[in-house]
Amino acid sequence: MTIQALSVQNVSHSFGAFRALDDVSLTVPRGSFTALLGVNGAGKTTLFNLITRLYANRSGVIEVAGHNLRHDSAPALRRLGVVFQSRALDADLTVQQNLMYHAALHGIPRSKARVRVAEVLAQVDLADKAGARVSALSGGQVRRAEISRALIHRPELLLLDEATVGLDVKSRAEVLALTRRLIAEQGVSALWATHILDEIAPTDRLVILHRGRVLFAGVAAQAAPDGNLTRAFLDLTGVPV
Amino acid sequence: MTGWWVAFAGISRRETLRFVNQRGRFLAALVRPLVWLFIFAAGFRAVLGLSITAPYQTYVLYEVYVTPGLCAMIQLFNGMQSSLSMVYDRETGAMRTLLVSPYPRWFLLASKLVAGVIVSIIQVYTFLLIAWFWGIRPPVAGYLTLLPALLLSGLMLGAMGLFLSSAIRQLENFAGVMNFVIFPMFFASSALYPLWRMRESSVLLHDICALNPFTHSVELIRFALYLQVNWLSLGVVLGCLALFFGGAVLMYDPGRGLGIRRKGG
Repeated sequence: MTIQALSVQNVSHSFGAFRALDDVSLTVPRGSFTALLGVNGAGKTTLFNLITRLYANRSGVIEVAGHNLRHDSAPALRRLGVVFQSRALDADLTVQQNLMYHAALHGIPRSKARVRVAEVLAQVDLADKAGARVSALSGGQVRRAEISRALIHRPELLLLDEATVGLDVKSRAEVLALTRRLIAEQGVSALWATHILDEIAPTDRLVILHRGRVLFAGVAAQAAPDGNLTRAFLDLTGVPV
Repeated sequence: MTGWWVAFAGISRRETLRFVNQRGRFLAALVRPLVWLFIFAAGFRAVLGLSITAPYQTYVLYEVYVTPGLCAMIQLFNGMQSSLSMVYDRETGAMRTLLVSPYPRWFLLASKLVAGVIVSIIQVYTFLLIAWFWGIRPPVAGYLTLLPALLLSGLMLGAMGLFLSSAIRQLENFAGVMNFVIFPMFFASSALYPLWRMRESSVLLHDICALNPFTHSVELIRFALYLQVNWLSLGVVLGCLALFFGGAVLMYDPGRGLGIRRKGG
């Protein structure tokens, strides 16, 4: 059996009477860019919080690189790199200090962490900003710094929750291109949550999540054979994206 | 084991860096007890008589009496500052970075707690150094025996802050913590007046003070500074530490989903 970078099987989650996720199943194959498309409130962030164990998963099974998140959480979390929807860097510290802190949270010794910080900052073209305070960076630079933070422990799977929200068009394109480059060059996999259709290429794997349910899972071109993903999304969900 | 130590050291380093970057915080932490020592204690010395009471072997000046209470006050405020920092981290999203670490949540919270206590111990010793020049001179060995007492007291007050932080939903609510937790705990304790003095004024108030965990932090510190152990206070501090830390771990458990607000798509 092929081990997927991420496997989510029959996962549901409720907040009181509100069912945020309803029997969700999806996979992210190794080395793939998988887009998780849904409007605000579709359940994307709830799913991310379950995959990162910020919420406890009570039903169904979540596996990261074959490691069950409920019973084998440490190896599963070690293989995850996360870029949260809201900014998660400490604005009072420098980029390097933030990255060193994150490396420590993954048990990477300082001598090794220093080398890795230089490596990942070079990968995201921020080598010259290592000593800059996060509060002095632009929105796009902060996002790239967050991607470098997510990469520092060399994860197998990147989770990016609406990573381009709040960025201008140029920065958005840069962050997306950077993620695709990392997949091509390093073989990591990515689950890219978004509500922006322009960010999805026809060859990408696509999961459409709506009101907590998966309405489509496959290659994007299959969802919209005529190339009109906007109409395909509208047909599936009944709401424009 | 190395990885655990690296993680603990990283969390401690971040807390220290944040503390160093916020110089005003260090200054405020020192100015507060010094104002009490230099101004409040000078005024009270004239009106408040103190009989010989353990651990003191003789009559002491009010400044000498109040010093252990001010050490505990530094730790109380530091514990609440850590609590504020946790709420801030949750609001800014930095908390998520900590909680998605592969290490167990109890370990991450304990590391954060210990890191905060280390900062508070540095503050207390700086305060005691200044107090020494003001004439507050406990036995030299007392500075050494004080260390474990400060560690336990700081852990207990920090754990209380950690527990409270799980219940505070927004930074704006922190003013309520000041009014309903810090001030009542500080004033209804043996930090400023001996409990026997309190009993003369109100038995009920005396009993409230005797039940206040902060009173036992103060007494643990007071006795340790004079090379003695207050066993009752030690027991209460240890018990409250277990209770508050256990509560905090429970409240930050992913099963409860606390610590992270529901947000986004």
